[in-house]
Amino acid sequence: MEESSSSVQVVIPPKESFAKEWSSDQKAFKGVPWGKAMMWIFLVSDTFVFSIFLISYMTVRFSTKNEWPNPSEVFGLHVGQANVPLLLIAIMTFILITSSGTMALAVKYGYEKNRKMCGYLMLATAVLGASFVGMQAFEWTKLIMEGVRPWSNPFGAPQFGAIFFMITGFHGTHVTIGVIFLFIMTYKVFRGHFDTGKRGFFTSQKSDYEAIEIMGLYWHFVDLVWVFIFAFFYLW
Amino acid sequence: MAADSYEDVVKNKESIPALEVAPQDLYHAKSFWTKYIFCQDAKVIGIQYGLTAVAIGLVGLVSSWLMRMQIAFPGLIPMDAAQYYQLVTMHGMIMVVYLLTALFLGGFGNYLIPLMVGARDMVFPYVNMVSFWVFFLAVIILASSYFVPGGPTGAGWTLYPPQAITSGTPGGDGLGIVLMLVSLAVFVIGFTMGGLNYVITVLQARTRGMTLMRLPLTVWGIFTATVLALFAFPALFVAGIMMTLDNMLGTSFFMPAIIQFGEKLTHEGGSPILFQHLFWFFGHPEVYIVALPAFGIVSDLISVHARKNIFGYRMMVWAIVIIGGLSFVVWAHHMYVAGMNPWFGFFFATTTLIIAVPTAIKVYNWVLTLWRGNIKLTLPMLFSIAFIITFVNGGLTGLFLGNVAVDVPLSDTYFVVAHFHMVMGIAPVLVILGSVYHWFPLITGRFLNERLGKIHFWVTFIGSYSIYFPMHYLGFMGVTRRYFEVFEGEAFTYSITGINQFITVAALVTGAAQFLFIYNIIVSSKFGKKAGKNPWKACSLEWRTKDVPPTHGNFDKELPVVYRWAYDYSVPGADEDYITQDTPPSAVANARAEQT
Repeated sequence: MEESSSSVQVVIPPKESFAKEWSSDQKAFKGVPWGKAMMWIFLVSDTFVFSIFLISYMTVRFSTKNEWPNPSEVFGLHVGQANVPLLLIAIMTFILITSSGTMALAVKYGYEKNRKMCGYLMLATAVLGASFVGMQAFEWTKLIMEGVRPWSNPFGAPQFGAIFFMITGFHGTHVTIGVIFLFIMTYKVFRGHFDTGKRGFFTSQKSDYEAIEIMGLYWHFVDLVWVFIFAFFYLW
Repeated sequence: MAADSYEDVVKNKESIPALEVAPQDLYHAKSFWTKYIFCQDAKVIGIQYGLTAVAIGLVGLVSSWLMRMQIAFPGLIPMDAAQYYQLVTMHGMIMVVYLLTALFLGGFGNYLIPLMVGARDMVFPYVNMVSFWVFFLAVIILASSYFVPGGPTGAGWTLYPPQAITSGTPGGDGLGIVLMLVSLAVFVIGFTMGGLNYVITVLQARTRGMTLMRLPLTVWGIFTATVLALFAFPALFVAGIMMTLDNMLGTSFFMPAIIQFGEKLTHEGGSPILFQHLFWFFGHPEVYIVALPAFGIVSDLISVHARKNIFGYRMMVWAIVIIGGLSFVVWAHHMYVAGMNPWFGFFFATTTLIIAVPTAIKVYNWVLTLWRGNIKLTLPMLFSIAFIITFVNGGLTGLFLGNVAVDVPLSDTYFVVAHFHMVMGIAPVLVILGSVYHWFPLITGRFLNERLGKIHFWVTFIGSYSIYFPMHYLGFMGVTRRYFEVFEGEAFTYSITGINQFITVAALVTGAAQFLFIYNIIVSSKFGKKAGKNPWKACSLEWRTKDVPPTHGNFDKELPVVYRWAYDYSVPGADEDYITQDTPPSAVANARAEQT
């Protein structure tokens, strides 16, 4: 720690126009913490990853000669006697979007330093996320039982299975990583690490409630990506 | 304490803007492991990146020697076609990704960005450290492919499917191609961690008074290149994942129905062109990921060693940004003969030729910076001048290849090889060499040996022209690249064997000169002439550290405050011929420096 520097007061300058902020010194995004800015740039980069996945999917869907399976039949569930199309996917989508809501509330309570509410809402988000991953595992199992493989499937174009496993797998990995971090964050909230500014085990940096917001950015992004996967893969 | 706006600072030149960036909480290493191995100091990480990149780069250099031996003196070094293709592939991939990208962004970026923007370190030193070790892992995975059955992949550095993952291509049905793809994916992950750090350090962690338009062009070059990398590498990452799945799981993303040896493969319905689009969506920005840091660094070298401010600083910045933007909309000019819609070719030829405008602006500005400057023919300056010449040469042949009609007959000939080696091989390498001579006194406190350096420079410069100028002729004669053996025949008006032998000898000598350079580095770091503080009398902040070489935390107790741009050389009225960035206006009251 630089003792002499810590006596200098850090100020957040008032809001200015875009051009003024970018032509000023020190920070291009005024008042934005490093971690938050970094997460934003990472999400833009990750957007490229998912965009390329989806564009590749569309290209392959056009290039394959075999007929593309009808997703509402493939992803339907038998409930009683009726065949409900996209039932599971609808529930999964609902759960994930709900978890975005609880996440947003957790951020709010975090900044209000309401440790309990923040913690419970983080926990709720983590549980919702985990149940999403669980349902995805169920969906994978169901399709694998029906004979869908990355290289072939009984419904039509072999790329269907390949794309399904690759894109939902990659998104599912994102959700899983998110859930793991949500649980870690929940633990840290309940233990009061963000109130005491306990130093991170690896990074040796002080904990702060802004970490909840950064977590939230990632979580909302994962939800948003799911909306696009839902629209382009399941509905189309 | 009220925040002074930027305008107030400009009006009242002495006032110091309010502090917006909280003092960084650095982890000071205590043990050997955290000080030298898992170090969180960006400068050490930069050196680690540099050494690792050079180490694997030497493998690429030796590969090129062996290739040249085969072309000029077949049989002298026993090898078969498969081994030749493995050499071609590994040479290309190592040089482009693991040497140049890692050295410019990981090496120079880590070392110079925090120093030049006036920060104590990168914003997230821990992530930065992990970034290096993931990169190191990627290099290990790449190197391990030499030791698996079947050897490394021989698909050419572009790794085009279907041939890259079918049997018959070296490494295509073994582990070679898989290790290459996995290594690239790991590289992308590692780079993303570092790249986010570089971008946020430039955007959010500058010192007081350091506006974006006061940054040295080195930082602008590396920053823009990093942004390009963050947006271009995802394409490589995704393409790598899909090709790995095609190979390992038998999916058909890139694989159409193929009959091989009379047997139909299980793949069907994939799109090989899709891979080419994805690869070049990464591949073309990659050219500028290598070139833009070189542009930036060379601007600083020229300015320092010609004792003159850079001509058209704002233009230089905007040219870098515009080149960066354009580089995302030109990728298919690598695919004119790939069988895509000819209308695409028209579009991409247009965008490609538009890039000539900002690049030409940069070349003019370098030359105009030299014009009537007090040119000191130091080694960095020699390399910079060599860079300008080489870049113009390589750029002009780019005009040939950017046009569809001219490109089609030149495709896959040595003309292409000569073009891209000139423009993104030799030119950036000349800048790297020049900047090592320039910043070596900062990193070690000692100069590199000048006499050895002069030999190194002239051999490298004349040698690389001896290699690549004749290749243009070979290309015009229609000699195709990537051929294991080049046959003499009626197709060629005169002997190409003589030319090839000349090129090979030149390549051996030029390569050997690089070992002289490495020898110079090793010896001079211990016994070189002591440099002292700021030996080149440069303005930028990296020379204004408390200690030389700079220690952890870079600067003294207080971070420097910046009052001017990095190019106040030979200012009329000033006592010295340079005014450092942190010199307050009152200290140089007589100087007629414009407020920048």
